Amino acid sequence: MKVRLATVWFGGCAGCHMSFLDLDEFLIDLAEKVELVYSPVVDVKEYPEDVDVCLIEGAICNEDNLELLHKIRQRTKVLVSFGDCAVTANVPAIRNQLGLGNAESVLQVAYIDNAQHNPCLPKEDGIVPPLLKKVLPVHEVVNVEHFLPGCPPPADRIKALVGQMLAGVEPKLEGAQLKFG
Amino acid sequence: MILNDLLQIKDQERAARKKTTLRCCMAAGCMSSDSKGVKEQLEKAVADAGLQDTVEVRGVGCMKLCCEGPLVQADPQNALYIKVTSENAPSIIAALKGGKAEAAQTDPDAAFFKKQLSIVLANSGVVDPDRIESYIALDGYQALHEVLHEMTPKDVVDTMVNSGLRGRGGAGFPTGLKWGTVAKSPGAKKYVICNADEGDPGAFMDRSVLESDPHAVLEGMAIAAYAVGADQGFIYVRAEYPLAITRLQTAIKQAKQLGVLGSGIFESPFNFTIDIRIGAGAFVCGEETALMASVEGKRGTPRPRPPFPAESGLFGCPTLINNVETFANVPAIYRNGAEWFAGIGTEKSKGTKVFALAGKIKNTGLIEVPMGTPLRTIVEEMGGGAPGGAKIKAVQTGGPSGGCIPSQHLDTPVDYESLGKLGSIMGSGGMIVMDESTRMVDVARFFMEFCMDESCGKCIPCRAGTVQMHNLLEKILDRRATPRDLLKLEELCDMVKNTSLCGLGQTAPNPTLSTLRFFRNEYEELLQPEAHGPKGNGEAKKQTLTT
Amino acid sequence: MAAKTLTIDGKQISAEEGATVLQAADEAGVKIPTLCHLDGVYDVGACRLCLVEIAGVPKLLPACTTQVAEGMVIHTDSERLRKYRRMTLELLFAERNHVCAVCVANGHCELQSLAYNQGMDHVRYEYNFPKWSVDNTHRLFGMDHNRCILCTRCVRVCWHIEGAGTKNVAGRGGKAHIISDLNMSWGQSYSCTECGKCVQACPTGALFHKGSTAAEMERDRTRLEFLVTAREKKQWITGEE
Repeated sequence: MKVRLATVWFGGCAGCHMSFLDLDEFLIDLAEKVELVYSPVVDVKEYPEDVDVCLIEGAICNEDNLELLHKIRQRTKVLVSFGDCAVTANVPAIRNQLGLGNAESVLQVAYIDNAQHNPCLPKEDGIVPPLLKKVLPVHEVVNVEHFLPGCPPPADRIKALVGQMLAGVEPKLEGAQLKFG
Repeated sequence: MILNDLLQIKDQERAARKKTTLRCCMAAGCMSSDSKGVKEQLEKAVADAGLQDTVEVRGVGCMKLCCEGPLVQADPQNALYIKVTSENAPSIIAALKGGKAEAAQTDPDAAFFKKQLSIVLANSGVVDPDRIESYIALDGYQALHEVLHEMTPKDVVDTMVNSGLRGRGGAGFPTGLKWGTVAKSPGAKKYVICNADEGDPGAFMDRSVLESDPHAVLEGMAIAAYAVGADQGFIYVRAEYPLAITRLQTAIKQAKQLGVLGSGIFESPFNFTIDIRIGAGAFVCGEETALMASVEGKRGTPRPRPPFPAESGLFGCPTLINNVETFANVPAIYRNGAEWFAGIGTEKSKGTKVFALAGKIKNTGLIEVPMGTPLRTIVEEMGGGAPGGAKIKAVQTGGPSGGCIPSQHLDTPVDYESLGKLGSIMGSGGMIVMDESTRMVDVARFFMEFCMDESCGKCIPCRAGTVQMHNLLEKILDRRATPRDLLKLEELCDMVKNTSLCGLGQTAPNPTLSTLRFFRNEYEELLQPEAHGPKGNGEAKKQTLTT
Repeated sequence: MAAKTLTIDGKQISAEEGATVLQAADEAGVKIPTLCHLDGVYDVGACRLCLVEIAGVPKLLPACTTQVAEGMVIHTDSERLRKYRRMTLELLFAERNHVCAVCVANGHCELQSLAYNQGMDHVRYEYNFPKWSVDNTHRLFGMDHNRCILCTRCVRVCWHIEGAGTKNVAGRGGKAHIISDLNMSWGQSYSCTECGKCVQACPTGALFHKGSTAAEMERDRTRLEFLVTAREKKQWITGEE
């Protein structure tokens, strides 16, 4: 039976997923061993049950992220914080430095102050998720089994971690493979 | 100044004593409830009644039962008036002539007073701290004279070693050993420093000693200076103690005028001057290397030891640092002998210890008890237990560096080793009593916040570790923490304790560790189950993905 | 100068009397992690990364300020020390805003490389996300307090190598921060000689040359070494030699 793999994209630039695609021919080996059951690159709307491993890109920024993350934790055996945004909250969390009201401040700057046409805050209940008061790294919300730092993690680093997992050994990255940034 | 001059002052002072003495507390506690006004009214009433020749109104230092101040003691009537106001003060004079005093009284022979043994506080509440003659009348500066003329510096150190006195600042390092090390350190210039940067929350022993009996500290410093070969002393006192500073300034001036400080003291070749350095509000400056940096005019941050101050201290010279209470013990030791002192207390902790009794306790104030006195005697008999008959839950000693001793250990004798075994420390003498209404996690959080605010910021474990420990304690109190957070807290406590640069950081986790040791259930009751998903770290991590 | 023999991580070595454990270890090829230490400047023992275990001493001691003694048995890499080092680094990362991805020193940062060499794959403590300013008032240099770890290397090179005394520390605990002169903006400093030694000394991206962008801030420590050797040994060495 193939390993049921998911990848998810929260608050991040998609760079980690681009790096994942940089795995090049390893993707073909991977395709023989895993089934990609949920990902921004496949068209599945609902996060499935009984997922073996999920690579999580991005920080937890809004209520949709939060809700989906809890669902992922419930339905997944092994979570991997994939890239600096997931591991440290990274650039999305810079707004945290503004303290209370930071979500409102960044919306104001982005959608009102710098708007060239039709300045207004995006607001549509049930469609546009409200921002969290504080952007969080994934492990501050749910338990995470493995960490894959890097902005983005280079393809060989992804290959090393995923390769170890598929080989059935406890994944362990060392030295410069753990470099942030 | 020779011995005869000193004895003459003593005789004159004694001869000038009047039939009746009214001692009125003029330490900061009573002065904050208008004891100055009380004293003025007493003096006025004495004048009005024409009793100037038979009644003396003497402003004295702390009379110990601070919660009942302002205090006035009439002798030989042995009447102790409490909560005296400037309105009812004249009635005390009337009572001397058979009238009725309106001011309330308390029993001066109650356990609070009778169980005390005063060495450090012997003059407190008796001598007038503003008059050196008052100190001399009670044998003041005779020990210094004897030391300078009858003993070699080595004899002085040996006596201190034999007395068994240990540092009263908290750590309990043998004083004689410290003096000996400084005495042996090579160097033409040496310093003696009195650490009066008392900063533990709830502690006011050193302030009281300085306000009540400043000359004892000066005499102690001078004896120490002779022993180690120093000619310059500094008293580092915190700016928050303005009255203590004023009294010290007065005392130093008088001592210089009389020639018991300065050049050629008691016509010996020994010179010793004392200057005051005032702290600027940093708790960490009570740490000796930070204190010395501050005296040197630098930023008050500690540095790694070794080298210890005894080898390389102030301005790089060998330096002796002791705290106020340690120095205040010194004159009595040389007056009465090392054997006398060593006969008091326990095998390893000699002499007495002054405690500032505070918190949920009936009799708040200053006590001095022989080492080895059980905590229960202090808290229940002397302190009178918690107000309203509440049950005592714990006693906190050692301030932010100490721990909480739970009520089941109240029979512990007060000495350095016994308190250490319970995860607390003797500390400088703060003793805060807590009753059943106190939440121990709150206590831990309070002290952690204190250490976090007072960390100097030099080393990372203390600067950043206290912040994270405080965060975790807040999280626990907010009922947001999980068992994993508690583990994180314990791990940080261990790390900060073992890796911080100075005593502040190394002991900052103590209140948390000690409340965790005795009141772990109070932490656990506040914890939430892991909200991190049903498949937590434990089992899932071990699974690999081979299928 | 008498020689002392000691054991570091099982290796028998000899070191000059008066040498620090750090120097002795370095000569013996044992690498002890450091952060506040900088060759040529006096040590303060503040970062606690170089703490080592010395047999018979109950406390951990900083290798940078502890002198070698005859017969010392030192362990520099026990499991306990590794754990404390990782925690120290995690505390630093959580303390201010260290966003490697957008930092001028990315790839040339001692904090960053220490973190991965000590196996720090994530920070278990909650990030503080404090609000610190960036001082861009100086003509040549900038100071981003968000990236400062308060190692005080800049303060020490400014006072003890340049002798200008511009940089200093103000505030206490978590509020401690580096200042110029009497807490004025760097550009207004009267004493700054614009020598740039502080920028060379900084282990992170807190001090940088203006105009450098993410990952561009490389440092030339040989400049400091040059000055120190010139002063201490009266030798004017150049990089090429």
